[in-house]
Amino acid sequence: MSDARRMDERSDPEPLAVAPPEALRRAQEARLMKAWETPTGWRYWSAVNNSEVGLWYTAATFLFLAFAGVLALLMRIQLARPGNDFVSAELYNQMFTVHGSVMMFLFALPVFEAIAVMWLPQMLGARDLPFPRLSAFGFWAFMIGGIFLSGSIFFDAAPRGGWFMYPPLTSEFQPGIGPDIWLLGFSFIEVAAIAAAVEMIVGSLKCRPPGMRLNLVPLYVWYVLVASAMILFAFPPLIAGSLLMEIQRAFHWPFFDPAGGGDPLLWQHLFWLFGHPEVYIIFLPSIALIAMIVPTFAQRPMVGYTWVVLAAIGTGFISFGLWVHHMFTTGLPGITLALFSAASEAVAIPTGVQIFCFIATLAAGRVTRSVPMLFTLGTVVIFVLGGLTGVMVAIVPFDFQAHDTFFVVAHFHYVLIGGALFPIFAGCYYFYPLIAGKELSPRLGRIAFWLAFVGFNVAFFPMHLAGLLGMPRRVFTYPDEIGIGYLNLMSTVGAFVLATGVALVFWDLVRPKGKQPFARRNPWNAGTLEWVQEMPGKPWGIRSIPEIDSRYPLWEQPNILRDIDEGRFYLPDAEELKRESIVTSVVDAQPVYVMRLPGPSWLPLWAALTVGGFFIFGTYHLWWLALASLVVGIGIIWYWLWISTAQIPEKAEKSIGLGKTLPLYASGSTNVGWWGVFITMLAAQAAFWCLVFAYFFYWSIHDNFPPDPGAGPGVFWPVVGGAGLLGAWALTYGARGRNKADHAGGFYLMLGAGVVLAIAGTGALAYGPWVTGLNPEEHVYPATVWVLVAWNGLHVLTGVIMQAYCLARRAAGRMTAAYDADMENTLCCWHFTAFTAAITVAVIAGFPLVA
Amino acid sequence: MSVFHMPDADAVIERRARRRLALVLLVILASSGCGGIQSALAPAGEQATRVAGLFWFMTVGGLAIWLGVVALALFYSRPHEPAPSRRRNRWLIVGGGVVFPIVVLTILLAYGLAMIPPIVARAPEGSLLIDVGGEMWWWRVRYEVPGREPVELANEIRLPVGAPVQFRLSSDNVIHSFWIPSLGGKMDLIPGRVTYFALRPTRTGVFAGVCAEYCGTSHALMRFYVEVMEPDAFEEWLRHQATPAAAPATPMAEEGQRVFTASGCGACHTVRGTDARARMAPDLTHVATRMSLAAGTLPNQPDAMRRWLAHPERIKPGVHMPAFGMLPPDDVAALTAYLEGLR
Repeated sequence: MSDARRMDERSDPEPLAVAPPEALRRAQEARLMKAWETPTGWRYWSAVNNSEVGLWYTAATFLFLAFAGVLALLMRIQLARPGNDFVSAELYNQMFTVHGSVMMFLFALPVFEAIAVMWLPQMLGARDLPFPRLSAFGFWAFMIGGIFLSGSIFFDAAPRGGWFMYPPLTSEFQPGIGPDIWLLGFSFIEVAAIAAAVEMIVGSLKCRPPGMRLNLVPLYVWYVLVASAMILFAFPPLIAGSLLMEIQRAFHWPFFDPAGGGDPLLWQHLFWLFGHPEVYIIFLPSIALIAMIVPTFAQRPMVGYTWVVLAAIGTGFISFGLWVHHMFTTGLPGITLALFSAASEAVAIPTGVQIFCFIATLAAGRVTRSVPMLFTLGTVVIFVLGGLTGVMVAIVPFDFQAHDTFFVVAHFHYVLIGGALFPIFAGCYYFYPLIAGKELSPRLGRIAFWLAFVGFNVAFFPMHLAGLLGMPRRVFTYPDEIGIGYLNLMSTVGAFVLATGVALVFWDLVRPKGKQPFARRNPWNAGTLEWVQEMPGKPWGIRSIPEIDSRYPLWEQPNILRDIDEGRFYLPDAEELKRESIVTSVVDAQPVYVMRLPGPSWLPLWAALTVGGFFIFGTYHLWWLALASLVVGIGIIWYWLWISTAQIPEKAEKSIGLGKTLPLYASGSTNVGWWGVFITMLAAQAAFWCLVFAYFFYWSIHDNFPPDPGAGPGVFWPVVGGAGLLGAWALTYGARGRNKADHAGGFYLMLGAGVVLAIAGTGALAYGPWVTGLNPEEHVYPATVWVLVAWNGLHVLTGVIMQAYCLARRAAGRMTAAYDADMENTLCCWHFTAFTAAITVAVIAGFPLVA
Repeated sequence: MSVFHMPDADAVIERRARRRLALVLLVILASSGCGGIQSALAPAGEQATRVAGLFWFMTVGGLAIWLGVVALALFYSRPHEPAPSRRRNRWLIVGGGVVFPIVVLTILLAYGLAMIPPIVARAPEGSLLIDVGGEMWWWRVRYEVPGREPVELANEIRLPVGAPVQFRLSSDNVIHSFWIPSLGGKMDLIPGRVTYFALRPTRTGVFAGVCAEYCGTSHALMRFYVEVMEPDAFEEWLRHQATPAAAPATPMAEEGQRVFTASGCGACHTVRGTDARARMAPDLTHVATRMSLAAGTLPNQPDAMRRWLAHPERIKPGVHMPAFGMLPPDDVAALTAYLEGLR
């Protein structure tokens, strides 16, 4: 027998030939229902299940969309005629800042995470995401941060530096808390976004149904995986930049102040290193909805599945090499402009591939008319035009004229409304039956579509011309003499028509549907797993977890619906009344263990409130309260992990049906928790490298950096500190071995010594710049050295807390030689801590020697 | 004879630019509504003419591609029976998604990138050099004339037609962006850096420029006017700008000068030839000759001047200039008379 065939036999079991007896099935259903019960009454808000959290999350993002949309309408009233005084300059400036920031950070990005929280498990036949409480934490953090930010405009305290927050305007010329609200509020939300991204990545890599190899993954999941990976590397530059700017605002370290050797352009690099990928982070998961809708309404699998996947990955990669096209007019050399111009054009190719795959699928299939298809076609019409104007502005000479004008405003609204809002509305009409068990009104949908489509074009098309006739962005008024009054009036009228269309979609979503009958199951006759859901759905997600061997199982695997419903597949039962789902291997989705998932809890809400408190108190420079809030937050998170993660199961393994028995606990890289730590650490590394980038950026713009050959942290103390931290890492490594060998004394000794050495090493690392008298307020050189040292301190602090956690867990009997996931996760963190320390020492102590 | 000569080698480029200009103007006439003193589509400069040509080329091409893609999408999404075809798939995905964009983008990049060197190039040695400083929210303009004292003014630039001009841009406050759409693209003014931008106007007329980078409260009111003149007229204008301020010619203007001094206007403004020498605010030596007040926000008329002096913050929110509305109306009138006499 060939290897390939043996592999096939192992990986492709069939469902039970005969359904379990009726009585057993009823009992199984009752137990599943009990385990996955959604809390009722006010306790409903302690739910952590993905269908609940995803729904709240989506609804919240729609509220923010409406809020930012109203701001847009008010701005359009102000611009309706030249020299208007409907709002003041100061209010207008707050409005466009809040409009842009809310649309980006509180709608476009989180709506993707919200939709993904809702559908990822259903598409993967999983019962929930791997970290349900983390999803809930992410949602609450988002709500707290979002309300704090949006609310500021009602107190005339909103940020007014534009969503791009360019210093020195925002660092030195805007006293008041507006910029701090922006910097700290969004940093909090970005942390939540990264948490969601970690969840998405682990979810799509480790929580797929058995047999769903990577080449069978639904396209939506591929897109989400790409976008989440992009978040990991795109958000850290913004977090690093915000950290530098907040430090400058609060403590006067001159990162962006030329007087102290700083440079405002560093912010622009960091911001657009985030900002450009951000556009694709918004676009890819939205177009992913189209990639699900098109095959359904063509009633055939996607043509060019592999092309679509490669194009999505390609777009993700290329998008990190384009940021400078937002900086074409900052006086960069011609060769730089040419390179980034060409790279920017290159992104048109993978985008084109995706669009043509969709068209080819429509051509090959049996197309039926529907509201989701209508919005899909609207997407193509609008987005392609926005893409083409994007090709235009990527050509440097044209950008010299179009940059920072209404031409660009038109361009990116074509891209974002065409490439995100229309697909999301298509998705609303498509997925709504899975949420409420009922369909939205096709009649309202068609009316809403035409209002939105016509209104959008009337509003935004004239802006192309207004921009070229000389209308810059972010102006609260314009003079009559330049002849753009009629274009602006058109835009204002169009904006209200568009808003009517959007409002109609909202109405269709929320209107009472009591009398309307439930939709039939799988109403569009789709082929992917989320459509196995009954109408209305059950909280358990999926009745039994199927073995998958095709891309469109509902089309290609006969009887799959019956087999799932009758519990003929895996995990048809919850014998111990615990929430469970299957974890599989990354590439070929072989089941590896059963993960136990936590149920409803208030802890995520408390954690979000206290960690949010840190950022909010920080905004008002109430440092002690902020610190206290953070300490309480860490305590809550400690307790949350203590009672709900890496719990030692009552038995080592359990049968999941079809003759398969899986362990109930996993440690190391098999464990989803380890993946969570690993991926979070990658994001931390990305932020760290941005700080290292800052160091070398300053070196590149100064002839003399470090400025004074004698100054600097020296070599001795940094090297001692680095050695201490590497020692702490080695001891942590050793402690893991001692624990595995069940040698308690050795474990406590080594890990305890590791804690001591970690603290001592950090102290030595900081003593270097301290003893050499580096004053961070004087110049960017000492400031950058101190920031690198401080970042190390944060990393070590995390590492030390984790070490202490392991000591406590073993002492409490919650971690043993066999059940050592906590230790493995701690070691994973320490690998990155040690690496960070080594690089820091090489930069601050080593580089001045060679510079 | 003018100190600004036009090198012979450039005459050829000049002719080509004119031919292209004529072509572009034709297109412009065909599509009404592209004119205006602040329009990138009614070019009056070499760079703007090139970019307008590029714009129309890309717009026509882009429109054709857009129509093609939309037609394909609509055609294939009409209700129809399944018609799978591997050949069509290949044509659409490889042809439409890969080969076609590569060909089109290569042509476009060849056209567009070739235009970068002339746009980022400095003006030839010996060209007119103008320092432009971005302020909140006005423009400091300084003509550097070899062998003479530099000439400073505000919110107004005059240029000789046909000659290249080198702008040297800087800011000591926030980031601004210098943009005269009719003449060419824009360039940022960045604290801690000096940026350069060269333009060459090709026809006479008055055009408007603006700040294109959001720079705070009154970003929208940071405008200026540009007059492109015949070289002789320009030369005469510049010589006049270099002269000290005219002495007050009427008793009222004399009174105005007294109010000017007494109210401390000289603590921020310069009027060359008087004791007012501060550089915080616009140079007022020849303020009466300018095309506008308050950085392109008001017409340069006595009534507007009075309103501005009394309550500048009502006209330009956030302005640094204090209000002088508390002065007796007669003093404001005298001040206006004095300033209107600074020709």
